[in-house]
Amino acid sequence: MEYKKSTIENLREALDNNEVTGEELFNEAKKLAEESQKDINAFVTILDKYKSRPKKKGILTDIPYSLKDNFSTTGILTTASSNILKNYVPVYDATVYKKLKDAGAVLVGKTVLDELAMGGTGTTGHTGVVLNPWDKTRLIGGSSAGSCASVAAGIVPFSIGSDTGDSVRKPASYGGVVGFKPTYGRISRYGLFAFASSLDHVALLTRSVKDAAIVTNVLKGEDPLDMTSLKDDGLDYTLNLDKSIKGKKFFYIKEACTFDKKSDILESTLNEFNKLLDKIRSLGATVDEVSIDKDLLNAIYPSYMVISCAEATSNNSNLTGIPFGNRIDGSTYEEIMFNTRTEGFSELIKRRFVIGSYVLQKENQDKLFLNACRVRRMIVDKMHELFKTYDALIMPASGGIAPKLGEASDVLSDEYLILENHMAIGNFGGFPSITLPYGFVNSMPIGVNITSNILKDSELLNIAKQIEDLLGYIGQVAGDKNV
Amino acid sequence: MYKVVIGLEVHCEVLTNTKNFSSAKNTYTNIPNINVMPVDLGLPGILPVVNEEACRKALKTAMALNCETPDEIIFDRKNYYYPDLPKGYQITQVTKPFGRNGHVTFLVNGKEKTVDIHQLHLEEDTASLEHYSNYSLIDYNRSGIPLMEIVTEPCIYSADEAVAFLETLRNIFLYLGVSEAKSDKGQMRCDVNISLMKDTDKVLGTKVEMKNINAFNSVKEAINYEIKRQSEILDKGEKVIQETRRIDEDGKTYSMREKVDAVDYKYFVEPNLAPVKITKEYKDTVRKEIPELEYSRIKRYLELNINLEDALTLAKDKDISNYFDEVIKNTKDINLAVNYLTIVILGSLNKLNININDLFITPTMLANVINLVKENEVSNQLAKNIIYEAMEKNIDPLEIIKSKNIKQISDEGELRNIVKKIIDESPEQVKEYLNGKEMVANFLVGKVMSATNKQANPAASLKLIKEELERMR
Repeated sequence: MEYKKSTIENLREALDNNEVTGEELFNEAKKLAEESQKDINAFVTILDKYKSRPKKKGILTDIPYSLKDNFSTTGILTTASSNILKNYVPVYDATVYKKLKDAGAVLVGKTVLDELAMGGTGTTGHTGVVLNPWDKTRLIGGSSAGSCASVAAGIVPFSIGSDTGDSVRKPASYGGVVGFKPTYGRISRYGLFAFASSLDHVALLTRSVKDAAIVTNVLKGEDPLDMTSLKDDGLDYTLNLDKSIKGKKFFYIKEACTFDKKSDILESTLNEFNKLLDKIRSLGATVDEVSIDKDLLNAIYPSYMVISCAEATSNNSNLTGIPFGNRIDGSTYEEIMFNTRTEGFSELIKRRFVIGSYVLQKENQDKLFLNACRVRRMIVDKMHELFKTYDALIMPASGGIAPKLGEASDVLSDEYLILENHMAIGNFGGFPSITLPYGFVNSMPIGVNITSNILKDSELLNIAKQIEDLLGYIGQVAGDKNV
Repeated sequence: MYKVVIGLEVHCEVLTNTKNFSSAKNTYTNIPNINVMPVDLGLPGILPVVNEEACRKALKTAMALNCETPDEIIFDRKNYYYPDLPKGYQITQVTKPFGRNGHVTFLVNGKEKTVDIHQLHLEEDTASLEHYSNYSLIDYNRSGIPLMEIVTEPCIYSADEAVAFLETLRNIFLYLGVSEAKSDKGQMRCDVNISLMKDTDKVLGTKVEMKNINAFNSVKEAINYEIKRQSEILDKGEKVIQETRRIDEDGKTYSMREKVDAVDYKYFVEPNLAPVKITKEYKDTVRKEIPELEYSRIKRYLELNINLEDALTLAKDKDISNYFDEVIKNTKDINLAVNYLTIVILGSLNKLNININDLFITPTMLANVINLVKENEVSNQLAKNIIYEAMEKNIDPLEIIKSKNIKQISDEGELRNIVKKIIDESPEQVKEYLNGKEMVANFLVGKVMSATNKQANPAASLKLIKEELERMR
């Protein structure tokens, strides 16, 4: 058994056959994590000791994993990769963390994110840039940067992240791994540091679709501490994976994939995508090109920014240094708050807070915030309409490969606007959405994204598994070249 | 003279087991920071969970105040920074408060007054701050306690009206059981907005706001002080400054800050609490739980020809009023019922320091005794003594009457025999009476009473004594 390439399934077998112990797996993961720090910098905290106290032994018992550093973990530093929380040690457990503890999963470390989960590059955490294990001159993407890198590098077989716009599914594409965000409410958000509550999802990164199903099985269910959590659907997601997808109907959005001019990378990516669609059709499924009003599609990104910044500015108003956090002194309470927030946040965060505050102001609220909410509703309605005909939306997760460090990745040309931001649709509507590797461009992995209607998590995982089987990228880690 | 216009914003803590959005206890304690959960500290990652009981009670109060009620429960965030507000926002209601456009009617010095309710909403309390010379302490026990805020229209015109309204409101809270409403514990607090205008003015004068007044008496003092202060300013032809003032222990108000432009709280719908529909069935159930309220009972009592003072006394407390209503279901003599309740029963409650519901004497027992008095079976005096004895011994008063074989002697034949015997035994008094000292007859009634163990009907006895004595002339 090669640990680095093992899926949860493989590790479970080895553990059950007494080929390896949980402590050995932890030590291996810890060693890999420590060694990787200087190259990819995925972790804020690496834990010292193996600890597994399952309430009941199960499929995740003794399986190592990493957790994004914006989940509350009692007694373990949790920074959200921000200076304002650089010394913050929580006093309660996130529901997700508690469930994994109870299942006996072994936490290896807390992973770096874009500061407060705001950003898509993995470059803004207070402990430095996270790099792509496939090519250390490139980004891994964000905000679940360390989570993705730790799975892509083979340090852990799974990681828990959060996805507000595409924060798990975009890095999954850049890292050649599986990134899955179930239906909004499927997994409790209690203990996930809020970025934009109506868009935030707990999401996960694995190296196979089946592993995504295994982990979701453990995490899902209604939580009395999260009123937006859903009643458990009672399904075992691993049992529906092998059904044929013959007769399933897919669509992709024409306007997102049509360009006047294409870069080489974009052209190759779209070629790979078209090849994939042909393969899917060969399974007996249909794939249609569907046209959606381009103005509506162009409004996705600005609407996302408006809504997420508005909620973020309110959600992060608790960071004042008064009850907790890295307090910077002052002679009045206003000064303490002012100094704490001035020193605690980077410029990018302040920019988002200013935007959020601006769009919520009385005189702007209807024109900016409420209009963004209306756009959101229109897009979601459109999707609901399409899901009456189609089983899933299938799209390239990105128009290309992981950008080089220093490439101005936040500045997007109009051409890329839709293709680079369409995954926010999944957050707008709370739709289950999954990214999985489907090929390589310039020796870097690329990902395909599939999105289904709400509550269709099991169906979506079935589709993803069938496509994964078609392509064979199971247990892929950085360095596996499959050009 | 100026016309005074007052609007009130009343905050009232809702009686629940736990806080509005967390499972921490909602109880009053002097020990700081013990009723605290992560939610109440606004720690990263926390989520609010709505207290259904708080919602139910707010809805019930809105209904009792004759408000329009919403079709669904929605909460909003009010965003601002202050050290007593750990999340940096307060969860409150703006979009769809539990009540809008209500009204409440009550008596002010015997005259009817209606106050219009602008809105009633449910929100969470802040932490409490204690300031010292160079530091401040924060107690999060209060953070997240459910609060109802009731905002009136500017339709109150005097301190008396304001206080009567607050008393009425408190009484409604107590009747509904939605709050203990103790102002000394800060469970009921009020902001007063007051402005003065000339009778001929068309627009309201400049508004002064007085924050967080607990005791109703202080509300009165503050209003009267402000009327005097603002009148003096206007008399001099000067302008009242729009500002926030506080009341001090001396009963005077002091400026806290001048009102700058209104703060923009950037309200938006709380995304962590999905809207919950309120069904018609749910509303009907809640509405059915609302008892008849004080003012309706006062009016009913007045219609029964009970005097105002007694009507107010009876209706003040729901349990006493319920008790009284049970009594008058079982007896027709309203006057005796009022008399026995206000004097015998309420007097005993005070002495024994118990609630009327803990009283051994049930309304039926009391009504039975009253009926015997009314039918001249037992004398008034004896009946009262029997009730006291019954309370002391926990025995049904009817049992006492039976066991002592007490029965008022009203039968003329029987009574005349006793009267004759007493007259025979009292030659001195007879002589005095016949000499014109008619008061002696009353003395002889006393003798009849003691001879019969107080069972003789005193009025009947007096009549017979006079008859017998006159016959001796």
